[in-house]
Amino acid sequence: MIGLKGLTKRFAGEPRPAVDALTLEVAEGETCVLIGPSGCGKTTTMRMVNRMIEPDAGSIEVAGRDVTHVDPIELRRSIGYVIQQIGLFPHMTIGENIATVPRLLGWDPERTARRVDELLELVAMDPDDYRNRFPRELSGGQRQRVGVARALAANPPVMLMDEPFGAIDPITRARLQQEFLRIQERLRKTVVFVTHDIDEAIRMGDRIAILRAGRLVQYDTPEVILARPAEAFVEEFVGVDRVLKRLSLLTVGAYAAPNGGTLSAHTISASATLRDALTQLLIKDAEALTVTDDAGQIIGSLSLQRIRQAISGSESHAVA
Amino acid sequence: MLAEAWLYLLGHPAQFAKALGVHVSLSLSALALAALIAVPAGVRLAHRRAGALAAINAANVGRTLPSLAVLALAMPLLGTGFLPSLVALTLIALPPVLINTIVGVREIDPDVIDAARGMGMSGREVLRRIELPLAVPVIFAGLRTAAVQVVSGAVLATFIGGGGLGDFITAGIAMMALPLMLVGAIPVTLLSIGADALFGALQRQLTPRGLQ
Amino acid sequence: MSWFARNWDLVAIALYEHVLIALTALAIAAAISLVLGVWAARRPRVFAATLAVTGALYTIPTLAFLALLIPVVGLGKANVIIAMVAFSLVIMTRNVATGIRDVPGDMVEAAKGMGMSARQLLARVEFPLALPVIIAGLRIATVTVISVTTVGAYVNAGGLGTLIFDGIATDNPPKIWAGALTACALAVVADLALARLEDMLRRRRKA
Repeated sequence: MIGLKGLTKRFAGEPRPAVDALTLEVAEGETCVLIGPSGCGKTTTMRMVNRMIEPDAGSIEVAGRDVTHVDPIELRRSIGYVIQQIGLFPHMTIGENIATVPRLLGWDPERTARRVDELLELVAMDPDDYRNRFPRELSGGQRQRVGVARALAANPPVMLMDEPFGAIDPITRARLQQEFLRIQERLRKTVVFVTHDIDEAIRMGDRIAILRAGRLVQYDTPEVILARPAEAFVEEFVGVDRVLKRLSLLTVGAYAAPNGGTLSAHTISASATLRDALTQLLIKDAEALTVTDDAGQIIGSLSLQRIRQAISGSESHAVA
Repeated sequence: MLAEAWLYLLGHPAQFAKALGVHVSLSLSALALAALIAVPAGVRLAHRRAGALAAINAANVGRTLPSLAVLALAMPLLGTGFLPSLVALTLIALPPVLINTIVGVREIDPDVIDAARGMGMSGREVLRRIELPLAVPVIFAGLRTAAVQVVSGAVLATFIGGGGLGDFITAGIAMMALPLMLVGAIPVTLLSIGADALFGALQRQLTPRGLQ
Repeated sequence: MSWFARNWDLVAIALYEHVLIALTALAIAAAISLVLGVWAARRPRVFAATLAVTGALYTIPTLAFLALLIPVVGLGKANVIIAMVAFSLVIMTRNVATGIRDVPGDMVEAAKGMGMSARQLLARVEFPLALPVIIAGLRIATVTVISVTTVGAYVNAGGLGTLIFDGIATDNPPKIWAGALTACALAVVADLALARLEDMLRRRRKA
């Protein structure tokens, strides 16, 4: 759906290119997370997709079209754009904010109004309550939701999101991430998501592109990046606790031994993560846990040994 | 004394009406011309950092010039009468409107502009839907300042034959006739206060609700 | 230009008169406004009233104001000085009051905590910190005063306006130029000088 080939950008007065011959592809319906240290070129790359920044070399294809040969205004109207500070128009109501792109495209008023209400419901905000309010009346979390709704208004196939949840407190952020994942499950947009938070990347991304100094270092699923970091930089970047991060991607149910093994006095649900299981084993000072299903029925056991095995050879098993 | 002034006015309605008419038309025309020049120029300059600073510095210098001096300088160049007065008054009105337009556009949150462009608004659409509505309160504050200065300056137009209510004031001083002076001084003060109030109200009316 | 060479003494005298009148008015206004401003800074209702009066007085056209003063004080320097003191007073009082009010609360707290009396607080903390805003007000007042003095020549106060009015009456363009351009130059120089001072004070305050 999105293809970057040899994408390069140099800024005047800078010794090295901000983006250096970047090549990667994002499949339709996938979320690609761009992540890396400050100055790695992640935001610059994202902003070249909708030509807010013009590339110096290389090509960008969206849905088979080379975007450098398309009118940038028309291009941007077909791509959803969410930035960290959101940039809601303070002089317009929430409804008018969301209706921006449909109005630019000339939708008729009725269709636009219906779409606005539909989107407010999608982001869990009561249309009758919020449609006519102004941005200054909303909290940070609410504004961010409106920002997402506004970007989805004209139903673009592609979304660009630059640290959209960065300016929010951690609790609200977790909630918004969850909601966006829910929305993505329904809508299956092709998303390019920029963040500096590795936990967010692991949570949100189908594939993660790790960038450094404008170059692509590794581009793979979260599991692979955690299990097989391509180089020392990636290892350091994902954090020394990458083993724990990996465990949080695996479920107890997939690793429990169905019969036998020692049954223990301590239980854990099959839908919990291996990371939770490890925590329980440490707290309770136990060697194994009894695994139960949602109804409370015992379905097997999970030992510390089993968790060790999971760490060393987990690729063949199901993932959370 | 007030009574005498009132009687004089009643006795010379045509003269008063003419002076008032000239005063108002001079003021309105100068203000309109200044707005027509300064607002588009200000918007264009606001997008260029170096140009904006230079323009603001120049306008600040322009602001300090005594109004009488500006009017007087127009005379050797353009003669006496309506036209030189209009030119001088327009020059007097330009600085506050220009400065306020530039500042008003520049102080808009850059993230709002980035979001607008990123969503696919053309330059003209950004100007029409975002920049101008958000800059209106500040621009009108500038127009308000300019309006008061122009009405005040138009009083001085009498010295270069421009007419207006200043005629009564100077005639009154020359003849030491107090009522005559008041026929000029009081209405023009009311006019000035009225202009200030009018633009203040316009400013409030035109400020988008989301910003109030 | 040759007129100027022959009559530079006229210009010099006019300039001198102009500066004298202006400085007199500014000095009086500054003295009164400092007292009034400090007083208004601590009393919200007085402050609000001050702002309201400022706004109202400032909209009265210069020549009208001078004319309205004639029955009260006649013609001459006194007339013009009273008008200028009135205009300057309102601007400077507002700026003194605002400047003092805008001193960060935590600095005042710290000073009080150290045991400063009200007078020491004012002299050592509030006034120095309010200085940039006060100078900004002085700047506006100065430009206004120079402008009013120019018009004041018409009510026999002297100054550079005399050259302008004489020049118009006798159709002597060089005289008009001399008066008008000198007045402009005076205003620009005064404004720039005070602007420099204001900048310096602001930077010192930040440091």
